[in-house]
Amino acid sequence: MILVVAEQRDGRLNRTTWETIAAAQELAGLTSAPIAILVPGANVGSVASELAAARVKEVVTVEHAALEPYTPDGFTAALQDAVGQVGPSHVLLPHTYQTRDFAPKLAARLDRALVTDVTALKAVGGAPAFVRPMFQGKLTADVVPQGPTPHFVTFQIGAYRVDKALKGASPAPIRPLGVKVDATAIREKPEPPFQQAKQAVDLSQAERIVSVGRGIKEQANIEIAKKLAEALDAEIAASRPICDAGWLPMERQVGSSGQTVAPKLYLALGISGAIQHLVGMKGSNTVVAINKDADAPIFEIADYGIVGDLFEIVPAIIEAVKGQ
Amino acid sequence: MKIAVCIKQVPTREWQPRLNDARTWIRDADASFEMNEPDAYALEEALRLKEKHGGEVVVCSAGPARVAQVIREALARGADRAIHVEDEGLASADAFVTSAALAGAMKDERFDLALTGLQSDDQGFAQVGVILAEALGLPHATIIMEVHVDSGALRVKRELEGGWFQWVAMPLPAVLTIQSGINQLRYATLKGIMAAKKKEIRKASPPPGVASKQKIVSLYVPEKGKKTQLIGGSAAEAAKELVRKLREEARVIQ
Repeated sequence: MILVVAEQRDGRLNRTTWETIAAAQELAGLTSAPIAILVPGANVGSVASELAAARVKEVVTVEHAALEPYTPDGFTAALQDAVGQVGPSHVLLPHTYQTRDFAPKLAARLDRALVTDVTALKAVGGAPAFVRPMFQGKLTADVVPQGPTPHFVTFQIGAYRVDKALKGASPAPIRPLGVKVDATAIREKPEPPFQQAKQAVDLSQAERIVSVGRGIKEQANIEIAKKLAEALDAEIAASRPICDAGWLPMERQVGSSGQTVAPKLYLALGISGAIQHLVGMKGSNTVVAINKDADAPIFEIADYGIVGDLFEIVPAIIEAVKGQ
Repeated sequence: MKIAVCIKQVPTREWQPRLNDARTWIRDADASFEMNEPDAYALEEALRLKEKHGGEVVVCSAGPARVAQVIREALARGADRAIHVEDEGLASADAFVTSAALAGAMKDERFDLALTGLQSDDQGFAQVGVILAEALGLPHATIIMEVHVDSGALRVKRELEGGWFQWVAMPLPAVLTIQSGINQLRYATLKGIMAAKKKEIRKASPPPGVASKQKIVSLYVPEKGKKTQLIGGSAAEAAKELVRKLREEARVIQ
């Protein structure tokens, strides 16, 4: 059995669950194992019905009052019990911040392998190998989990497409599974989520974005990027380190912890292309990368690239745009 | 307050990857190394907590002999002493092996708080802090952007996706994984560098019999997903050609 752990909050499904279902269906093609989707939470009836549309053997609901709101102690206890009852060969999860918070604890408690941030599957000598980035995306590794099953695997957001998940001819059966969770043993006391500041800029609607990374070197140089953005009628954005340094406001950050964008044109200046950034912008139509490092991972997803000094190239682009 | 900070030494950002002959790991000897950036933020947060609440900051690192370089740097920035779990095999260890090595050396120290970066810039598992918490039997929180300690209780701001945050309270002792940008880093002063030479680095060995839970069967430069058109020539020529292509081919600018 391949077990997909769905993510939901307050009865709303996290869409990345469908990406993980698509990955599970590909893995099932390699191992011929049936798929079950596990839905943990306090009140997951409607999410379970939504997921029953997937071409899977069954949807298993794990409902317990102690699972909402999410805590790592609560989830680890519930999933340890549920995984023990289901006895899967693989447990697949989306590589969300929530998964990152509890999956290592769960795998450690069961003393089982956990392969994180996987982007693709391969068969190596008849066994599944999991493809993942390493060294900030400079290298890729094919990884085979070791030791007894279940093996836990998390999939990078956006690595599989939601619309690749196959639907069944009829809804899959939904089965409730009872688990034991001692609510008094939960040590973390979470408060409701909040947004720091109302986001004044909605970069997701921008048609063109000029985005700045570490290669801009210092705060004063942001002006060069702003001038290019102006010339191209584009919004200005940045990768995380630039916003961390306070050179641009946090609301202009693109990436897993910032905004997800899909403009017609995304022009990346001095951005190396760490995974955390790429997940926020790889839906862009046309990507231009300008970077002095020809091996920067950003060039893997760029349509057009210029390898060179952005401080020479950007003024030249501004001139070329204006001199039409 | 007795605070542990787990730091890792990773290849520098400028490092150009070179593979070993088996193509299963990098050529360590060719690489230059530095402190993992999120761990540097964890160290800074620990130093600030010590300045506020008193106590000591102990740097813990699991790695080969070369790791002494980042341990010295952490001591120069203000950590009080260090624990180095030394073993050549730790250079390419998975998260379970690294966590077991750290937990073994840390468990008798009875730290009030252990901090580490949210993930490393080399293997990028994002697992060690959480597995360490489980191994030490402690509660944890990940991707932390603010830390408050008040009479034995901990309250932290956890980053969620897409600009959302959440406060979480938990008892001490606990383990936190720290997000980059939580604070502004300090750098070592000459005085700090001199003082570091006299600070204690306790050597420890990893516990025996901890098997790796993952095996890299192949390591390679990523296959390109898209066919990138690289535009060459002088800056002026490349810029002109790019603008022409964006107008006429991609049709994304006026």
